[in-house]
Amino acid sequence: MSFPQSLSPAEHGHHIPVHKLVTMSSSHALLCLRCRSHLSSKTMAATLLYSTQVRHYATITNAAPKIQNGLLFFRGTHRTMQKWKQHMFCFSDFAKHLETETKEVKLAEKLSRTDVVVYESPILPIIDAVSVNERQVPLDLDATDELSALEEISDEEAISITLPAAMPPASTSLRDYIDKSETLSNLVQLGVNLWKLEQRPNVGSMLLRLNYKTDVAPRLLFLKDIGVEDSRLGFIITHNPYILTESLESLHARVNYLKSKNFNSETVASMVSRAPYLLNFSVKRLDNRLGFYQQQLQLSASNTRNIVARLPRLLCGSLEPVKENLKVCKIELGFKENEIQHIVIAVPKVLTANKRKLTQIFDLLHNTMKVPHHLITKFPQVFNTKYLRIRERHLFLEYLGKAQYDPALPSYISLDCLVSLPDETFCTDLASASLEDFYLFQKTI
Amino acid sequence: MATLAVSMFRRLEGLFCVVKPSGVHWKLVRDNVEKNLLKGLNAAPPQSCPQQVRFLRDPGADTETTKSLTLSVASVPVLSKHPLVTGPEFQRIQVGVGHRLDVSSSGVLVLAVGRGNRVFNDLYETRVTRDYTLECEFGSATDDFSDTGRVVERSTYDHITLDKLNRVLAMLQGAHQKALLTYSNVDLRSQEAYELAVQGLLGPEGKSVPILTGLRCVHFQPPNFTLEVQCLNETQKYLRKVVHETGLELRSTAVCKGVRRTRDGLFTLQQALTRHHWTAPHVTRAVQQYYSSKKNKKTRAVADRGDRITTTGGECDEQPPNLNQ
Repeated sequence: MSFPQSLSPAEHGHHIPVHKLVTMSSSHALLCLRCRSHLSSKTMAATLLYSTQVRHYATITNAAPKIQNGLLFFRGTHRTMQKWKQHMFCFSDFAKHLETETKEVKLAEKLSRTDVVVYESPILPIIDAVSVNERQVPLDLDATDELSALEEISDEEAISITLPAAMPPASTSLRDYIDKSETLSNLVQLGVNLWKLEQRPNVGSMLLRLNYKTDVAPRLLFLKDIGVEDSRLGFIITHNPYILTESLESLHARVNYLKSKNFNSETVASMVSRAPYLLNFSVKRLDNRLGFYQQQLQLSASNTRNIVARLPRLLCGSLEPVKENLKVCKIELGFKENEIQHIVIAVPKVLTANKRKLTQIFDLLHNTMKVPHHLITKFPQVFNTKYLRIRERHLFLEYLGKAQYDPALPSYISLDCLVSLPDETFCTDLASASLEDFYLFQKTI
Repeated sequence: MATLAVSMFRRLEGLFCVVKPSGVHWKLVRDNVEKNLLKGLNAAPPQSCPQQVRFLRDPGADTETTKSLTLSVASVPVLSKHPLVTGPEFQRIQVGVGHRLDVSSSGVLVLAVGRGNRVFNDLYETRVTRDYTLECEFGSATDDFSDTGRVVERSTYDHITLDKLNRVLAMLQGAHQKALLTYSNVDLRSQEAYELAVQGLLGPEGKSVPILTGLRCVHFQPPNFTLEVQCLNETQKYLRKVVHETGLELRSTAVCKGVRRTRDGLFTLQQALTRHHWTAPHVTRAVQQYYSSKKNKKTRAVADRGDRITTTGGECDEQPPNLNQ
C-alpha cells in the first residue's frame, strides 16, 4: 500500500511549520478514515491535539520496552523517534511510520477486536483510544507470556510454580530472612542467638551474605575438629560471628601456634570455647600477649600457660587496663612484686577487674578490718567477691563481737571463709546466728 | 492470650520497697532490680515454637520423571518465631523510684513496677512524712557534714549532757513547728485551721523548705549519739546539716556518720527487701502484700470513721496544742 498524500510532504524537507503539522494530522486522519473510521473536523482537531500530546508524552516517558501490536508499534516508534530527533522533527519519517502504522493497524484489526471497536466508534476521541491502548498493553503482554488465571493447569505444572521470594530489601530484623536463608536457619538450630547478633552493626548483613556450604560449614567443622563441644558452638558464634569470615588457613595457623606453645588440645578447645574472639587475632598479637604476661609478671612458662588457660580473655583484650591494674596493685595498694605474682597466679581475674573495685575492697580489708598485706596475699579470693558482701559480713561479725581476723589469736576467722561461704553456712558456722537475724541486721546498716 | 511471663508481670505491677545499701547510687539499685526482674520474667518457659505445615517435595522425586505426585506433608517449626530469633519477651520494664536517697545514705527506697508508677504522683502530692535515723558523732566538723568529708574543725564535747542536747533539739523542733504553720497556707484563727490541726493534717502544700515534724535523741553515749527524725520535703544533705547545727548550738561540733531512712509513707523497713531478695518471686510477694495492706487500711479507715462519730463530741473540747501559742 502506498499513500501519495502522506509521502509527498516528505520531499519538502526538514522544517515543520504549523500547517505541515496540520497536514500531518490530516493525513493521519485520512489513514484513520481508511480504517473504516468516520472522522469529522472535530475529531481532526482532536487528532491534532493528540499528535502534539503524544509528542509531549513521548518526551517525558521512555519508549515502550516491547512492541506487541501495531498500535503500540506506532506509539513506540513515535516515541523513540521523538527521542532521537527532538529538535529536528522529520516529517517524512513520521509519514513513513504512519504508513507502516496503518498496515499494522489493519493487521491489529484482525488480531484483536478490541482495537477495532475503538476505531469504529467515531464519536470516541482518539485521545481516549490512546488511554485505552495504554491500559491494554499489559493485558496483551499477559496473553502472550503467561497463562490465564482461569485456565486449568496440570498438577505437574502446579508444583513447578514457585512463588517469588518476598524478601524485604531492607529490614531491621533478621526475622524476615530466616525462612529463606539456609545459613540463618541452621545457625538458629545450633543455638545462636540471632536477636543479640542483629543488634550489632553490620553483623546481620554479613551473616546474610554467607553461604552455608562454603563459608559456615567448614568453620563449624574446624571448631569441632579442634575439640569444641557442640553445645558451645552457639555461644561462640553468638559472641563472635566474625569467626565465620576468618580464613581457614589463619585459623589453623593460630591453633597450631597455641599448640606449639605447649597448650594441649583440650586446653585449646576450652580456651576457644570460653574466649570466642581468641582465634580472630593474629599469631603475632597472641605471641605479643603471651610475652607480655610472662615478662611483666616474671612468671615461668608453665605458670603463664596456667593463667592464660584459666582466663583466655587475657589474650583478647587490651593490655592497657592490665598495666593499670598492675600499677594500682603495686603503687596504690602497696603489694610487693612476689605478692602480686602470687595473687595473679591464684586469681588471674585481678588483672582485668575494675580498679576502683580493687581499691574499694582493699580499703575495707586493710583500713577497716585491719588485715595486713601478707594475709590478703594468702587469700586473694577476696578480690573476686562483691564489696557489699564483705562489708555486710564484716559489720555483722563486728556487731556480734566476732570480727577477729588475726590468725595468732583465738576464734580466728579466715578471710577465705568470710567471703566464700554461702549465707546459710556463714550464719551457722561463723556468726552462730540465724539467717533471719543476718537479714534483719542488713536493714540496719 | 497472655503468656506465662505476661501474667507474671501483671502480678509484679505495683509498689514495693527495697533497702538501699549506702555507697550505692539509687540508679544502680533501680537498674539491678530491673535486671533481676527481667531475668525472672524471661526465665519463665517460653511459648513453644509454633508449627507450620509445609508441603515438601521428596528429593528423590526430582530425578525420576514420574507423573505421580510425591509431596510429603511435614510440620516444621516456624523459625521466625523461635525465641532465639525474636529475643526475650520482656526487654525492658518500667521501674520507677520514689523519694530519692543520695549515695551515702541507706534505707527504705520505694520502687514501682509498670502501672504502679501512676501511684507515684499521688505519693508526691500527699504530705507523707518520712522517718530517718541519723548516726552522729561529736568532736569534729567536716565540709560536707558527713564523716568522710574534709575535717575543718575539731572541738571538745565533754561538757555536753543529754539534757543539753534535748533542750537544743526541742528548740529546733519548735522552730520547725512554726515554719510548718507558716507554710500551711491557712489562717490560724479560722475554723478550717482548727479542723486540720485536729486531724493532724496541717502542713505545707507542695514544695516548701525542709520541715522536721519530730526530732528526738534515742541514743546518747558521747561522742556518739543517734537522732530520730520525722520530716517533710527533706534532703539527706539537709539532715546532715541539722546535725552540724545541733553541734554548733551545743558549743561543739558534730558530724553525721550515717543517714538511714526507716520509713517512707506507709513503707517501713520491715517490709523492705534486702539485696538478696531483689528477685521476681520476692518482689511479687511484696507487691501483693502492699495491695492487701492497702485494702486492710481502707476497711479499717471505714471502721475508724464509724467510731469517730460517737466520740467527736469529746474531741471537740480539747484544743490542739499547736494552736495555743
